[in-house]
Formats: sequence, structure tokens, C-alpha cells
Amino acid sequence: MADPTAPAATAAPTTTAMRELDPDARPRAVRRPRGILVPLWLGYVFLYLPILIVVVMSFNDSSNLFVWRGFSLRWYPELFENREIMQGLVNTLIVATGATAIATVLGTLLAYGIQHYTRGGLVRAFAIAPAILPDLLLGIGLLTFFSLLTVTLGLHSVILAHAVFATAFVTAIVLARMANLDPSLEEASRDLGAGPVRTFVRVTLPQLAPGIVAGALLAFTLSLDEFVIAFFTTAPTQPTLPIVIYSMVRFGVTPEVNALASLLLLVSIVTVIAAQRLTRLTGTPK
Amino acid sequence: MTSTLDRDAPAAPPTRVRRGLAPLPFLAPGMLFLIVFMAIPVGLLAFYTFFRRGRFGGIVFEFTLDNWVKLFEPLYVGVILQSIGLALVVTLLALAIGYPMAYAIAGLSPKWRTVALVAIVLPFWTNFLIRTYAWILLLNNAGWVNQWLQGLGITDEPISMLYTPQAIVVGLLYMYLPLMVLPLYASLQQLDPALREAATNLGATPWRAFRTVTLPLSLPGALTGCIFVFVPAMSNFVIPELIGGGKTIMVGNLVRDQFFEARDWPFGATLALLLTILLVLVILAQSAVSRRLTEGPRRG
Repeated sequence: MADPTAPAATAAPTTTAMRELDPDARPRAVRRPRGILVPLWLGYVFLYLPILIVVVMSFNDSSNLFVWRGFSLRWYPELFENREIMQGLVNTLIVATGATAIATVLGTLLAYGIQHYTRGGLVRAFAIAPAILPDLLLGIGLLTFFSLLTVTLGLHSVILAHAVFATAFVTAIVLARMANLDPSLEEASRDLGAGPVRTFVRVTLPQLAPGIVAGALLAFTLSLDEFVIAFFTTAPTQPTLPIVIYSMVRFGVTPEVNALASLLLLVSIVTVIAAQRLTRLTGTPK
Repeated sequence: MTSTLDRDAPAAPPTRVRRGLAPLPFLAPGMLFLIVFMAIPVGLLAFYTFFRRGRFGGIVFEFTLDNWVKLFEPLYVGVILQSIGLALVVTLLALAIGYPMAYAIAGLSPKWRTVALVAIVLPFWTNFLIRTYAWILLLNNAGWVNQWLQGLGITDEPISMLYTPQAIVVGLLYMYLPLMVLPLYASLQQLDPALREAATNLGATPWRAFRTVTLPLSLPGALTGCIFVFVPAMSNFVIPELIGGGKTIMVGNLVRDQFFEARDWPFGATLALLLTILLVLVILAQSAVSRRLTEGPRRG
């Protein structure tokens, strides 16, 4: 288990005698004003109030979104009977799984290739560009491209489109992880006669595993939530979940959306906490 | 042995001999994929901007500069300026709200710091459209904010808040505030407390210590945060549509409309490229400024 105080201790070279006596003490804030936490709390109110409203209203017994009538769980079973939402959910999971699979393989290979075989930053910049490019540009670019080739739009085109930006994120994360690896293990493998592919599979890959998992998780989460690119690259008959929510918000919301929102929120809380635990468990390499 | 010590030395024969085709299995699949599904589509868009739209959508391959000229029509200049203005307001508000938040988090104990950061990130991992929808519940005429205001006797009539430019600003601010807090926190957290201590020990008031020590050193983080907020805010079209009611149109809405309603793909592509060029310029300016900020003091 990594020591949670470690970053603070290394980030702040001690100067005061007090801290030398008690190395675990956090760098002492110099007389911070009392009210310093007020803006933070107000910020949290701003960030959580809208979410809280949605969660509370998911337990509302009325179909009016603005009137509280009493506690009820009725929207949860109804959510699972909503064909549109369920189909959107299935579509989204298919897209996220497909895009993550492609991106994880391509991104990991790219990161290794960039680290070992390129000098300048050109290839690296190119591989990471989709993460920075406006999603709008990528979306209409792919729409134009697919329609020029008369490719029928559908989940397959969204998978390809999502794989583009997901690859960039996996590449970036695996590269960051690779920078911390000890190169002498790979060199040893090579000196003992293993070729580059064998070295990659046997020596590098196991060391990179936490980075690859983190990259894949990020790719999956981003794809689940992605709206703009999917909006341009899917067929109207095959909407992903964000597109279903979009059209519901546009053309009339039913209270199941509140239940859906609460469940999705629960999933993200669990995922974020799990990711937090995971990174803390694997810690920094070496 | 030697290869471990100086791995980049040109005289290391084993690695050098294998260089020839060795990179291919690693680099080729990803590069090929990105060339086909990113470089070519974006290049295609750039190419389309020089052609005419077909009568029923599509494209006619007849060279023209009309699309680029059309950008200078007052209608479009207005939309572009309005987008820049809205995105700027959002960015400045995010900075004003995010800075004290990041500052407060950086001063917490490590354990609470993690909790506070997770709490900042969490809304960001909640579905984007659901967070937008939540604001409709709040800002609607019959919505919760109006109910509270009337309940507290502040107003008698509901105030129309939804479908105004202010609602767009609030929505965008809500969406991207975490992107401001995180880089600010990262730069504030790296600051050596000894510096501020030194300033206070030398007699500076807390405010002066903050202004002369903390603030300048946190500028690169602030700049990064501004870019993180400005860039997505500028190209967002969902929030202007859903909580701006589509009345206040931003560049993103215009692009969307060109593709789905007006069916003028070449002009839509031109607008999107203009947007991208503007954003790239902003990013380049930011990296130039932050390089000067970090290198400046050392040069003296």
C-alpha cells in the first residue's frame, strides 16, 4: 500500500525544525484564513445540487417533474420496461466494448512503438491528436468520410469513430506508465537473445498491465458517455444511450430518466472509487 | 553491460541491427488506423470547403472560395464573436470560482485532499446529457429555483431563466468547472510551502505573500485550466440547444444545422475548420505564454 502522505512529504522539502521532528505532519499551512473552506463548500453545492434534485425526483410518486408528491420506487421498474432506453443501453455497451477493444490493442502497441522507435515528437503528437481535436470536427469528418464511401451508418461506424479518440487516450496513459519502467529488464531480455516481439510480450506487457487496464477503463468510460461523435456517426434507428437521453430531453422527458440518471450516477461513483483504489493498490512502479 | 549504461550510443550493435522492420508491428496498425479514420476524414473536410454544395445536399466538385467568403457575412461573424464571448465569460467565471476551490483543496490534509478531489471529478463522470437535463429541472419556469424563490417570497412571478444566454453560461460553467479546478490544484499543490513561509517570516502579510509568491507560481495551472474550459465550451452545441433553447446560437449549433437541416456540408465543414483553427491558435498562444512563464524567472 502506498503511503498516502508520500506525495506531500516529497513535494515539500522540509525547512522548519518542527517538521523534522514529526515527518508525518503535513506541510503546515501558514496561517490560512478561517473562511478558506467556504468557497469550496459553495462550489460543491453548485456541483451537486442539480444531481441531488435528479436523484430525489427519481423517488417521486408523481409524473410531474416539478411537483413532489411522495416517496415511490415506481420509476425504477418502469425504467427497465422502457424499450427505447434499454435498447440505447445495449447499443452503448456494444459500442464501448468494441471501441475499447480496438483502442486498447492499438494504443498499447503505439505507445511501445513510440517509446522505442521514434525520436521526435511527431508520431506521438499525431497519435494523441484525436484526444485534443474538437469532437465536432471528428464527428462531421467521419460522417463525410463514411458517406463518401457510401458506408451504411450504424453501431459499427460508431465503434470505429470512438476507437479513434479512445486510442489516443490509451496511448497517452500507457506512454506515461512506460516512462516509469526500468529499461534494463528489456535490455536484459534482448541481450539474452529475445526478439523485439518476444521481449514485448514476455517482459514489457506484464509490467505495463496496470497502465493498460487504466487506459482501457478510461476509454470505456469516455465511450459510454460520448454524445457528439456518436450523434454524427450512427443511424437514427440505432441510437446510443446518450442520444436516447438527448431526444427525450428535446421532445419531452418522462420520469424514468430520473431513475436512469440515479443508476448511472451510482455506476460512476462505484467506478471512480474502484479506480481510485486500483491506482492506490498498484501504486507507482518499481 | 555497456548497452545498459548508454542505451542511445550509436555503437550498440544488437539494437541497431534490428531497427529496420522492428517498429512496424508496433507502429503500423495504430498509425494506419488513425490515418484512415482521423487524418483522411479531417483532410476530406478541408478539401470540401473549396467546393459547392449540391442542390439536395451532397457536394458538387466545382472549385469555389464562396464558403470562406461567406464566413465574413455579418450573420456568421456575429455568431462567431458571440461564441467567443460566451466561452470567455464561462472561462473567467470558472477561474474566479475554481481558484479558491483549488486553493482550499491544496491546503487540506492528504486524506481529505483525495476525498475533495474525487468529489470534484465525480460529477464529471456523470452523463453529460443528464447533467444538462438537471438544469432544466432547476431553471424551468415551474422549476425548482423558481419554486424556492417564490417560497421565500423573493418573487411573486416566476422569473424566466431557461432559454437565456445566462442559462447557457451557467450550463457550460457547470459542465467544465472540474476541468479548471484540477490543473489549478496540480500547480498549487506543487508549490513549496517553504516559499510562502519565507515570505511570511520576512514580514509579508498573508495577502501579500499570496499575491507575490503563490499567485505568480500558479499562473501556468490557471492558463491550462482556462484552455481546458474555453476549448470545449467554445465548440459545445448541446447546451446552447437544450438550455439555451437554440435562440442564442453558437458556432457548434451552426455546424450541426449545416449538416442536418441546411444540408450545406461544405459550409458546415468550413465553419468547423474555422473553429478548429481558432482553438489551435488559442492553444499555441497558451503554450507559448506558459513556456515564458516557467522559463522567464530563470533567465533573470
